Amino acid sequence: MQRNRIRLLSLIGALATAMSAPLRALAAAWNEKAFDETRFPDALKSVGALDLIATDQIELKTPEIAENGAIVPIQVTSNIPDTEKVFVFAEKNPQPLVASFSFRQGTAPFFATRIKMGESARVHVVVLANGKHYTVSNEVQVTIGGCGE
Amino acid sequence: MADPMRMRVTRKDDVADVKMLIFHPMETGYRTSTVTGEIIPKHFIKTLQAMHNGNVVLEVEWSRSVSRNPFLHFRVHGAEAGDKITIAWQDNFGQTGGGEALVK
Repeated sequence: MQRNRIRLLSLIGALATAMSAPLRALAAAWNEKAFDETRFPDALKSVGALDLIATDQIELKTPEIAENGAIVPIQVTSNIPDTEKVFVFAEKNPQPLVASFSFRQGTAPFFATRIKMGESARVHVVVLANGKHYTVSNEVQVTIGGCGE
Repeated sequence: MADPMRMRVTRKDDVADVKMLIFHPMETGYRTSTVTGEIIPKHFIKTLQAMHNGNVVLEVEWSRSVSRNPFLHFRVHGAEAGDKITIAWQDNFGQTGGGEALVK
């Protein structure tokens, strides 16, 4: 009886491991070098954004004034055809690269999230489409910095 | 794990609107504990994948600069009622989490 129970439990354990394996296999690469850069121009280089093209085809929504730097809402819509990736930078954060989003299977290049900002700075968005990098930026005034959060 | 994330999926025509709140400390490594006086180690979600019926539609790389209890909103095109949206994330401690919701 006891032995059967142990066998059943180990079977359940093996099943759970097998089922979680595909999720782990999906774990994507993380650009450590780019995320560790402490200067905005270096962070741009580390994601391969060398020549930037200014555009009005990226909609970037950020607040003009963020009272709490720990929670700064940001919304991005790219109207550039074949947008593959979108990078977000907070220029004066200790590590300026905040996030990157890769859109697959024709997913519309739109997202909204919340970021931390250490101090007032420009928020830059860089879009990679057809091998070219496009950019837009907004100034955000931060009342209380959020990097200690 | 108690309530590790909340997901809400709404649909208009063939576009599914996915909003989620993940419960995670997203520690920067710059904070000091008021109790012990020691630096709280950085602890943050590094990668997240969103799947539509098992196909990856969005891959995210995050830093410590994403707010605590991350909020994420994105859209999936070509969605139909009954489709499954799945989320999986991995943090710098090797912890994983996720959730799923059906398109209505």
